[in-house]
Amino acid sequence: MTAKAQDPYRMGRGGGGDHNTGRGEGGPASKRTTVGYGFWIYLLSDIILFSGFFAAYAVLAKQTAGGPSPHELFGQGRVALETAALLLSSFTCGLAGVAAEKRKLVPAQFWLLATGLLGAVFLGLELSEFAEMIGKGAGPQRSAFLSAFYGLVGLHGLHIAVGLLWLGTMMAQLWVKGFRPQVLRRLMCFNLFWHALDIVWVGIFTMVYLMGVAP
Amino acid sequence: MSERETDSGDTAPGDEAAEGEEFAGGTSGYVVGLGLAALLTAAAFAMVNLPLVWRPAIPMALVVLAIAQMGIHLVFFLHVTTGPDNTNNVLALAFGTLVVLLLIGGSVWILAHLDHNMMPMGRQMHGFP
Repeated sequence: MTAKAQDPYRMGRGGGGDHNTGRGEGGPASKRTTVGYGFWIYLLSDIILFSGFFAAYAVLAKQTAGGPSPHELFGQGRVALETAALLLSSFTCGLAGVAAEKRKLVPAQFWLLATGLLGAVFLGLELSEFAEMIGKGAGPQRSAFLSAFYGLVGLHGLHIAVGLLWLGTMMAQLWVKGFRPQVLRRLMCFNLFWHALDIVWVGIFTMVYLMGVAP
Repeated sequence: MSERETDSGDTAPGDEAAEGEEFAGGTSGYVVGLGLAALLTAAAFAMVNLPLVWRPAIPMALVVLAIAQMGIHLVFFLHVTTGPDNTNNVLALAFGTLVVLLLIGGSVWILAHLDHNMMPMGRQMHGFP
């Protein structure tokens, strides 16, 4: 690792160094890179799963079968709160990652706790919306539009619920095991998962809620 | 292995670059990302509630704002960059995006045509439970 031969094919940051990218010349990648990349592939496949539900919703959104339409069902106040909670939890999750990189246990746990609480607020708001809609007779059996709605938004909520379980596990592992490499890798994967769920929510609040109530 | 488990030429997805300063790195990167995302969200809600754009153009404006916000999330929260250490991550992301676009775009396109062709029967069926 002493020769600093200039690589004419290397572009971008650094502009040449003692290593080449993607050609196997630096030896096998570290576990952090391979684990992260594998999880990245999983996340992309998960987003493809979501895109199937998005496609179904886009096709069925107008098939209300004489039942309630998006205009009558969706209010903007709750969606704005849900969006704010999820965006803030994505932010605090990132800060937890930064704190973990610096091996600061108390800030990392604090930001993870904030992430979990904001995620729980989001989930509570979503469940209260579902309960309210089902109480009004707008359950998933009512129309194709509502089936697609509960499928898409419910799938996202299920991911959030699983993420909250994962988050609790990570906090416990951080507490008991400390900043071991494998715990840090899991924390990195959780960060990716949580940010990806926020990206999916951007699609949901745009396509389902805002387009549903647009004039 | 160094204290932070990294490679110099390859960055795990979601990690900041191992070498050099990253444009969207650190706590300040997250603050900037949060600000921009909040701004785009507020703009999306304003589109629906304020008479800012021509009404039939509102859905397209919402789509543009959503894609912009997804880009902000990718750059500032997931640290996807154009650097050579991110090539693998970006290629996987590009393929995923292609499949998503084919799936959603293709479904909407094909079924809109089918719906158009089925119009007379759709009218007949209207009112049935």
